[in-house]
Amino acid sequence: MSTSSRNSRVPALAALAAALVGVAIALVFFVAPEDADQGISQKIFYFHVPIALTAYACFGWGALKALLYLWRKDERYDLESYVGIHLGTVFGSLTLLTGSIWAKASWGVWWTWSSNQLVLFLVLFLFYAAYFMLRFSVDEGPRRANLSAVYALFGVVLVPVSFFAIRLASDFIHPTVFSRQGPQMSGTMFFAFCVSWAALTVLAYALYRVELAGKRLDAHVRDLREALA
Amino acid sequence: MSSGEKYVAAAYGVIFLVLLLWVVIIAAKLTRLEREVGELAERARERRGDG
Amino acid sequence: MTSYLADVATLARKDLRLELRARDTLPAMLLFVLSTFVVFHFALPQGSGETAAQGLLWVALVFTALLGLARSWAPEREGGVFDGLVLAPCDRSAIWLGKATAVLAFLVAIEVVALPAFALFFTGLDAQAVAGVALADVGICAVGTLLAAMAAASRTRELILPLLFLPLAVPLVVGGVGSAISPEPGRYLLFLALYDAVFAIICWASFEYVVTE
Repeated sequence: MSTSSRNSRVPALAALAAALVGVAIALVFFVAPEDADQGISQKIFYFHVPIALTAYACFGWGALKALLYLWRKDERYDLESYVGIHLGTVFGSLTLLTGSIWAKASWGVWWTWSSNQLVLFLVLFLFYAAYFMLRFSVDEGPRRANLSAVYALFGVVLVPVSFFAIRLASDFIHPTVFSRQGPQMSGTMFFAFCVSWAALTVLAYALYRVELAGKRLDAHVRDLREALA
Repeated sequence: MSSGEKYVAAAYGVIFLVLLLWVVIIAAKLTRLEREVGELAERARERRGDG
Repeated sequence: MTSYLADVATLARKDLRLELRARDTLPAMLLFVLSTFVVFHFALPQGSGETAAQGLLWVALVFTALLGLARSWAPEREGGVFDGLVLAPCDRSAIWLGKATAVLAFLVAIEVVALPAFALFFTGLDAQAVAGVALADVGICAVGTLLAAMAAASRTRELILPLLFLPLAVPLVVGGVGSAISPEPGRYLLFLALYDAVFAIICWASFEYVVTE
């Protein structure tokens, strides 16, 4: 498949993402009712949670491609795995940022160890940041691809393991527990949430395709350069 | 604006900014690629001229 | 199966014999852990309590383990035999298992001195705490040995091993501290055992890819 036919759908994808995000924002701010307990700051939830879920999905996608790489040894999978994890890290950082803002809005603190999700994402962020350090400290080639793939697989296993570890830790780590009523979601709220989730998933996929196209182009240009040297 | 509204604006604003930052980085990469392809095309033309 | 285990035993014995002759890693780890305890004494304000000390024990163990792990592939690297080892006729995963076993032996040897020292300096350790240490050791060595092999392939070697290792060590620390201070240690010990099982399997299956191209 030539590059141009592979990427011909990407603009349409991006347009779809833009449209969905627009609809989501309209629903969140003009249609969904305000939460009785938390007030307007609850609106952060509509994007914060889908961003977190999308981050998990990106890490999972990256791990899947990593597995495919180890199995098939096709360079393409290594690149796809890398872009997936890169995007996952971006969304993970966004989760931490929006989560921190929401924490300040709800509880008056920018950080709390009692939010299991925040702590989990901090651990994951550190883990995947190390992924990039590893990748950039090994010369390009099958070795680097192998190491990245194995590490990506470790990451996806770490997610549930850390989740349980943090849950277990909360029994003895901190007495001050902030809690939030999981939104008693009315029908419209749930609908707005689903649309937001769909919007962010499509957006993530669009970003993924664009970044992947950019990286592939990079590789082509480099091959050309070598051929013409 | 109440403080709650400010935080909501901050959260959505941060998302928007990160997305824009991503666009900036991709745009920079595009300009670099454009330049490199231009250089390579120049080189190819010279080659064809000589050969 | 028996030849696999024989390979593992041979490899582990090689490492143990090397260490007994060179005697560089074990004394360093021991001195490090004891020095860390002294630093902790000064770092813990008065009245911090026993539980704070229990937590710090785990910091000491993790970082002492890191010290040992950073050196774990050094004999192969310095002797230039890393590639040779990989070409050896044994299963690659046996290399990992042999090395991890040796590192575990080192870690346990250190702890035989360090844990009583900790009990002396700070607070006693009961059976559940020691069980926690034992189970966590397995996890540390299994994961750490594989990550150390990854770090050996990187330009930044010693620098990158802690970065790779610490996020994966978080669940172990939770399990270890929990089993020491919780009134229901069973859950934490079970969690540690599960971590060990899951990660040992992954390490065993993926080591081949870490050392080959």
